[in-house]
Amino acid sequence: MPGLLSRDVHLPERTLASHYDVIVIGGGGHGLATAYYLAKDHGVRNVAVLERSYIGSGGTGRNTTVLRANYKTPETIKFYKASFDLYRTLSAELDYHTLRSERGLLWMAHSEAQANSQRERALQNQVYDVDTVYLNAAEVHEVCPQLDMSCGGRRPIWGAAYHLPGGIIRHDAVVWGYATAASRLGVQVHQGVPVTGMVMEKGRCTGVRTPSGVISAGAVVSAVGGYVTQITDMVGLKIPIITHPLQAFVTQSYQPVLDRVVASADLHIYVSQSARGEMLVGAEIDPYTSYSTRSTFTFAASTAARAIDLFPFMAKLRLLRQWTGICDMTPDYSPLLGPTPIDGFYLSTGWGTWGFKAIPIGGKAMAELVATKRVPEIIAPLGLDRFALDRCVSERASAGTH
Amino acid sequence: MTLKLTCPNCGPRYTTEFWFGGEPVPRATPAAPGVDALRADFERVWLRTNVAGVQSERWFHHAGCRRWLVTERDTRTNVFHGHG
Ligand SMILES: Cc1cc2nc3c(=O)[nH]c(=O)nc-3n(C[C@H](O)[C@H](O)[C@H](O)COP(=O)(O)OP(=O)(O)OC[C@H]3O[C@@H](n4cnc5c(N)ncnc54)[C@H](O)[C@@H]3O)c2cc1C
Ligand SMILES: [Zn+2]
Repeated sequence: MPGLLSRDVHLPERTLASHYDVIVIGGGGHGLATAYYLAKDHGVRNVAVLERSYIGSGGTGRNTTVLRANYKTPETIKFYKASFDLYRTLSAELDYHTLRSERGLLWMAHSEAQANSQRERALQNQVYDVDTVYLNAAEVHEVCPQLDMSCGGRRPIWGAAYHLPGGIIRHDAVVWGYATAASRLGVQVHQGVPVTGMVMEKGRCTGVRTPSGVISAGAVVSAVGGYVTQITDMVGLKIPIITHPLQAFVTQSYQPVLDRVVASADLHIYVSQSARGEMLVGAEIDPYTSYSTRSTFTFAASTAARAIDLFPFMAKLRLLRQWTGICDMTPDYSPLLGPTPIDGFYLSTGWGTWGFKAIPIGGKAMAELVATKRVPEIIAPLGLDRFALDRCVSERASAGTH
Repeated sequence: MTLKLTCPNCGPRYTTEFWFGGEPVPRATPAAPGVDALRADFERVWLRTNVAGVQSERWFHHAGCRRWLVTERDTRTNVFHGHG
């Protein structure tokens, strides 16, 4: 293992081969983690990640980095908790500092009905060993004195589900940590290589087309975030995904004032302060489907107003930067991953507005699936067949947009 | 930039006056209950083209004439064709 100061964080230049055991399309967190765990857990090292732009250029480099496991269904609480636990030790695992920090995450209720639902959520979390408790208004104030408990006089805070280990991490570090650790194990990460078509032989997927030619593969994993429909169209597979933009913004840097992550069920926003002092604000998806990553003034204005309702001191801050990513949304707001009816073709999608926190477990489970050809128990409920069988894993309220 | 859409009844308006209705959903064709009916419902209700290109879609003008309109939009640029 190279020393701290001499460590090579650049990806080695490699030439594209004409065959790999596994090709992963998409160098976001899920693609890179899948490649890493293929090499690390299963010794499958003849693997290429093909990224058409630069690694982390998709949702993984644009998200608001909230890590939490406070979901609502038994299937997803287990799934996200497994991911959370992998994140806990990720810096050591990858030998890469990911700046993870546990902040305590408040999910606020502004009515009796919401309070009951957050109470229920806390109890459901406790059943699965996820540390969430219900706090009344006075306790919320104590945990986060910066909050305006009346929310601008319009939406008094009744209480909150308080998820103690919830927090944030550095997203670029997750991307680069997985990419460099995977390439140390022999995985090839190719940037600037778009997949433009798929090679099908007798109904089986046997490789991909790129501008530099056809590359054959024993298995192909699609992990392209909001662009998934372009890949599934190439193999003639229909999946229940629509692509919505999601925006966020940060203010200029200020002294540390907020050490919690605060989300509101009613205002549809969440706020945290980054390690370098920027106040980070996220909100709901854009109301129409789109592949455009252009940000809108409507979003900045309406989201800023709601942030100020929660934190009046934010009225004096300056907005520094606003951006947009595109999200692969499923009907039930749960991920969609596993094998497909097409032999040799695997899908890691449905990460929507919630998939960054799932990168470690998503990658680990996909790697196990591809290496062993068996669907790991933890992702069995999240397959493509669930929709037609009326077995949706409904998480709309808990997926929120972070 | 906030999107503008031209309503055939009211003229050019910001899309914040509309609800997005998504791609048109085909009408249900009644089938006998069972797995096949579930599959047919799933396909009808949830499978969309989700195209990166020109998409046919519905909008409801809730803050205006309160009528549905069908239009076309390029989902890569958000430029409206049709009524846009
Ligand atoms: C503003 C915002 C805030 C968010 N906040 C959170 C949050 O707080 N917590 C959370 O858990 N999740 C959050 N998310 C969701 C999260 O970002 C995504 O679910 C996650 O990053 C998806 O990772 P991925 O690896 O599947 O896709 P991506 O990171 O999008 O990577 C896909 C990659 O595939 C590449 N690609 C596409 N097509 C091709 C092709 N044909 N050939 C080759 N390469 C291709 C793209 O260039 C891209 O780099 C947020 C998303 C956004 C936009
Ligand atoms: Zn009108």
